[in-house]
Amino acid sequence: MSQWLIAGLLFTPLAWAALSLLLGFRQGRWLSWLGMAIQMAVSLALWFAVMEGGGFYYALGGWNAPLGIALRVDGLAVTFVLLTAAVGTACGLHAGVYLDADKPWQRYFWPLFWFLWAGLNGVWLGADLFNLYVSLELISLSAVGLVALGGEAAALRAALRYLFAALLGSLAYLLGVALFYGRFGTLSLAVIDQLLVGGEPALIVALLLMLAGLALKTALFPLHAWLPPAHGIARSPVSALLSGLVIKASFYIAARLWMELGDRLGSPWLAQGMGVLGAAAVIWGSWLAFCQPHLKQVVAYSSVAQIGYLFLLFPLTFAVAEPVSLLAQQGITLQVISHALAKAAMFLAAGNLILSVRSNRVKALAGVSHFLPFSLFSFGLAGVSLMGLPPTGGFAAKWLLLQASLASGQWWWVVVLLLGGVLAAAYVFRIYRASFLEVSNSDDFYHPPQSLEAIPMILALLALGLGLVAEPVLSVLALPFEVVAAEAVHP
Amino acid sequence: MSLNLLYALAGVALCGIGLAGFLLLNHLLRRLLAFNLLGSGVFLVLVGLAQHGDGPDPVPQALVLTGIVVAIAATALAIVLIRRYFHLTGRTSLDTGNNAGDGGGES
Repeated sequence: MSQWLIAGLLFTPLAWAALSLLLGFRQGRWLSWLGMAIQMAVSLALWFAVMEGGGFYYALGGWNAPLGIALRVDGLAVTFVLLTAAVGTACGLHAGVYLDADKPWQRYFWPLFWFLWAGLNGVWLGADLFNLYVSLELISLSAVGLVALGGEAAALRAALRYLFAALLGSLAYLLGVALFYGRFGTLSLAVIDQLLVGGEPALIVALLLMLAGLALKTALFPLHAWLPPAHGIARSPVSALLSGLVIKASFYIAARLWMELGDRLGSPWLAQGMGVLGAAAVIWGSWLAFCQPHLKQVVAYSSVAQIGYLFLLFPLTFAVAEPVSLLAQQGITLQVISHALAKAAMFLAAGNLILSVRSNRVKALAGVSHFLPFSLFSFGLAGVSLMGLPPTGGFAAKWLLLQASLASGQWWWVVVLLLGGVLAAAYVFRIYRASFLEVSNSDDFYHPPQSLEAIPMILALLALGLGLVAEPVLSVLALPFEVVAAEAVHP
Repeated sequence: MSLNLLYALAGVALCGIGLAGFLLLNHLLRRLLAFNLLGSGVFLVLVGLAQHGDGPDPVPQALVLTGIVVAIAATALAIVLIRRYFHLTGRTSLDTGNNAGDGGGES
């Protein structure tokens, strides 16, 4: 049973990418609807399988590590697989209507979309360091292609900046992998975890290199300069994919490394340093979001800010009691999920608003509230989750992080959490203020089709409802993991 | 062993040169070449460090082969983007300011 699920999960995106390369945009859309339905069904089935039977290791095609590809299917991985299916399907459906099917270059959207999806699933399930690298590169290259899709000079400039940053980050990560392999002769993260005894300088350098590379790819302050142009200039469904999922992939790897190896290779300085950079990202990113004249830049800088919260994982899980560390991990997981849903909703809603007012400027929104309340409402609902007001997923995440900060005696992160919420409210209300200005009584706005309006609303409602179902979602993380299978991975 | 370590150290040196080029150069093609140099350095470290006495280890060679494929794909994508960017703007660097010191006709 599980081999069919895994095959469906990894094989369909690659097959769909190859097939849709042969088709135009419209036929590719039909094909992709089928593919998204398959992905959704397979992800749900795998999620239920793990809920019942616990996690397991899986050797792809019966080839064992080190030459084969080992997959680690645990509660966290299937949760993110399901999240990818939800956000990916929403963005795919939105893109099918939103993108102009008559432009010849749009036919490349579907292949890139599916390669991106394949890479994402590869990262969530990857169990060895090198395959994580390959999946990360697959994600980066297809994401850069998606940013450049329009082909205007500004898009190309943003895509090139993104590409160079992503490549540098990947190579830093790969150099770290080389150092780990040279020391242990294995690529499996679980086996390295078993063999590692103390903090040797070479291994600390390796971990630092990997974390720095991944932080660059996640756009952690002060390495975030590539993100706002790339996410701001891409078409809205693409921005939603990039902000919702792509930057989470590199963070996920950094978090996995830290949780497995950080207790021996990390240091209080490193943990607090990562936390400080995250805090600076929250404050600085929110402030810049408040100052942006363009709507999508506001949302893009808001991503820089929201990523900052994720890096509080490092100080809140280093050298603290086990229950506190668990609280922090749960909080970060919820933050990843709720930000993915809310930010995808926000970018899609922003895309609809831009379509309506035919301009990217915040000032152009004047009067929108009167004639297009629906898209604006989705935008606001997503904003409520970013601010962290109850009962949203963002609130549940921040509540857990707050408890973890207080329980570990690191009260200074509480200030960041509260200030970040206030600043998020400021930049969301700025959009609202602009859109409530009454300039004329005539409705000369374009009204997008209802399907375009519905998709961001559904995502925003999911982000809102996540706070109510936080307990069952988080219970997946504590599922038992089949430890015996770890032997199979070790040659 | 010492020979392998020599490979690894040469790899680190290549990484240093590549990184310096990547950060200091403005010309897009040169940055791309610097990226390739950096990649070769990483591959050299990967192969050089991993030899454990009893004969060559096949795994890093398989890894480097995959890494080269990835690097070629990335380079090809970058070249396509750079070429199109150059055709549209006549620039060979990403600076958004005035085109002083741009060297627009260099390629």
